[in-house]
Amino acid sequence: MKRSLFLLVFAVLLAATPLLFIHHSNFGGTDDRAKKTIQVIAPHYKPWAQSIFEPPGGEVQTLLFSVQAAVGAGIIGYIIGVYKGRENRREESK
Amino acid sequence: MKKWRAALFLFGLVVYFTFSESSSAFAMHIMEGFLPVRWVIFWWLVFLPFFIIGMRSLIRITREHPELKLLIALSGAFTFVLSALKIPSVTGSSSHPTGVGLGAVLFGPWAMVVMGSIVLLFQALLLAHGGLTTLGANAMSMAVVGPIVGYGIYCLGKKWNIPRRWTIFFAAFFSDLATYVVTSLQLALAFPDATGGVFASFVKFAGIFAVTQIPLAITEGLLTVVVWNFLSTYSSRELSQLERGV
Repeated sequence: MKRSLFLLVFAVLLAATPLLFIHHSNFGGTDDRAKKTIQVIAPHYKPWAQSIFEPPGGEVQTLLFSVQAAVGAGIIGYIIGVYKGRENRREESK
Repeated sequence: MKKWRAALFLFGLVVYFTFSESSSAFAMHIMEGFLPVRWVIFWWLVFLPFFIIGMRSLIRITREHPELKLLIALSGAFTFVLSALKIPSVTGSSSHPTGVGLGAVLFGPWAMVVMGSIVLLFQALLLAHGGLTTLGANAMSMAVVGPIVGYGIYCLGKKWNIPRRWTIFFAAFFSDLATYVVTSLQLALAFPDATGGVFASFVKFAGIFAVTQIPLAITEGLLTVVVWNFLSTYSSRELSQLERGV
């Protein structure tokens, strides 16, 4: 478990490091950049479909992304709890 | 001490990518409408057979081994979480990992085709991230090629007797990278460079995203190993069952 903790801390550090060095950026999504790249390569291309639903505003989008992460993390936490509980019971019954 | 040397090496990588030249990053998913109609149809047609194989594999696993359902849910949830993590990159933009490597390593590539597609559908419908017309292409890169590459690396690692944790790390690492390679290939095919054609376009895209994506793929590898560590401690019975093949 110690090893896992070490890996987790390292993963967070790795994700946070760019923030220390880059201050001028708003870290926009790469999709938007791709859109611009496409418009440079093919200036006459017109997108022919629109998203059915677009979250209104950045805050709502953040909310929905958090919901996605929270639901997933909740499921992972539950399953890990189930496995851990099962293992503990087996230890006790020995 | 070996661990610290690896950490030092990875830290060196981070520093290198931080100070290497900034350029615009590349996309995780192709946005709605940004793929010409004929490519939309093409990628949907390529994707659908894989989805059918995936469904059949998933149904077979859950029917023959109902006790593995929890692990399948865990793999799906892992993809769900990781693709919600918008991690800032050294190029000043953000992108997210895919998380399909874990499930591919556990269940083989086919079950993850379905899991990855569900996550993509969710993001296309609710987050305007990716799109329904581009879903075939996006699912091909993230839910088909990603898991296949991850599983391939896992098999290689087993064959070459590489320590299991490193095998898992590299399986997740390369499944993440493969997703981005395919995405840029798809875009290069649809939007070839005016002078250099598809190849020039691909080199342009792939070169750009490689710098952005490598730290992200390392993060994904690390998180996958964390979950694997836990499973090998508390769920060894399921893992050995999977090891024998489901």
